[in-house]
Amino acid sequence: MLETLKAPWPWYVAGTLIGLTPAILLLLGNKLFGLSSSLRHICAAVVPAKIPFFQYNWKAEAWNLFLVAGIVIGAFIANTFLSNPETIRIADTTVQELQAEGITDFNALMPADIFSWRGLFTLRGFIFIVVGGFLVGFGTRYAGGCTSGHGITGLATLQWPSLVAIISFLIGGMAMTHLLLPYLLAL
Amino acid sequence: MKNLKYLLVGLVFGIVFVKAEMVSWFRMQEMFRFQSFFMYGVLFTAVFVGLVSVSLIRVLGLKTFAGEPIVIPKKQFNKGYVIGGILFGFGWALTGGCPGPLYAQIGTGFTVITVSLLSAVVGTWVYGLLRAKLPH
Repeated sequence: MLETLKAPWPWYVAGTLIGLTPAILLLLGNKLFGLSSSLRHICAAVVPAKIPFFQYNWKAEAWNLFLVAGIVIGAFIANTFLSNPETIRIADTTVQELQAEGITDFNALMPADIFSWRGLFTLRGFIFIVVGGFLVGFGTRYAGGCTSGHGITGLATLQWPSLVAIISFLIGGMAMTHLLLPYLLAL
Repeated sequence: MKNLKYLLVGLVFGIVFVKAEMVSWFRMQEMFRFQSFFMYGVLFTAVFVGLVSVSLIRVLGLKTFAGEPIVIPKKQFNKGYVIGGILFGFGWALTGGCPGPLYAQIGTGFTVITVSLLSAVVGTWVYGLLRAKLPH
């Protein structure tokens, strides 16, 4: 049992559990599943600065902050007690392409070449960690949601604007990966 | 505490994110390069299960556990869905995380991602600041 839990979970298990979340949150308390809203609530709680977009009762949305806090704890539990003893298996073609583009460390979930405190203070690390994070926050709010709010909840409730949003996410991600990433990784 | 149940939902979510290795920057690269079916499999299964379960709630007219009627607000399309969506896509490919996995990456010990998360909060804040001037 524990062995099965420790091995990487297949896509259909992950997909099923994630797919049930919108319905569970609706039944638990009429909550609309979405994770990027947490960033807005943090702004509203910490630095509203009289900006109209952050003038609302964020405390009524505190459930969303509990949800993301749970994610941090869950990830810690999975990594500490259910950790897979083997290194992550990545598609051979992806490994070859990334090696050619300058990634050397394929042992963890993230390439430690870039995502480390030491890496942060290089131009490359700054772009991936800081600029990347900024675009995630700015873009998701501008788009009114992220992969969970649009990709799962929006599509599960048959809303066409969410389909447009998720296609835009993928176009942006592919454009970055194919057009810019080779140059940024070479920095 | 009425919000603790959401902490538990998040906790399961965090475990799924890590155990399915969806928090991995490499998984996103496989997806954007069309070199692995995994993430597409997750997305399609999740949408299918989500569609069936939410439709069941609608068809059966289920109420929340507290007995309130369930309301699903309509999303109003605007240009931001495309412009913001593409900008988010750039950030998604760079960080390897949409907002959910960023939280999970921190939980797995990549503490430097707290900087990404903080930067994402700043990005959200700047959007709020410029909102009236941006095309929607």
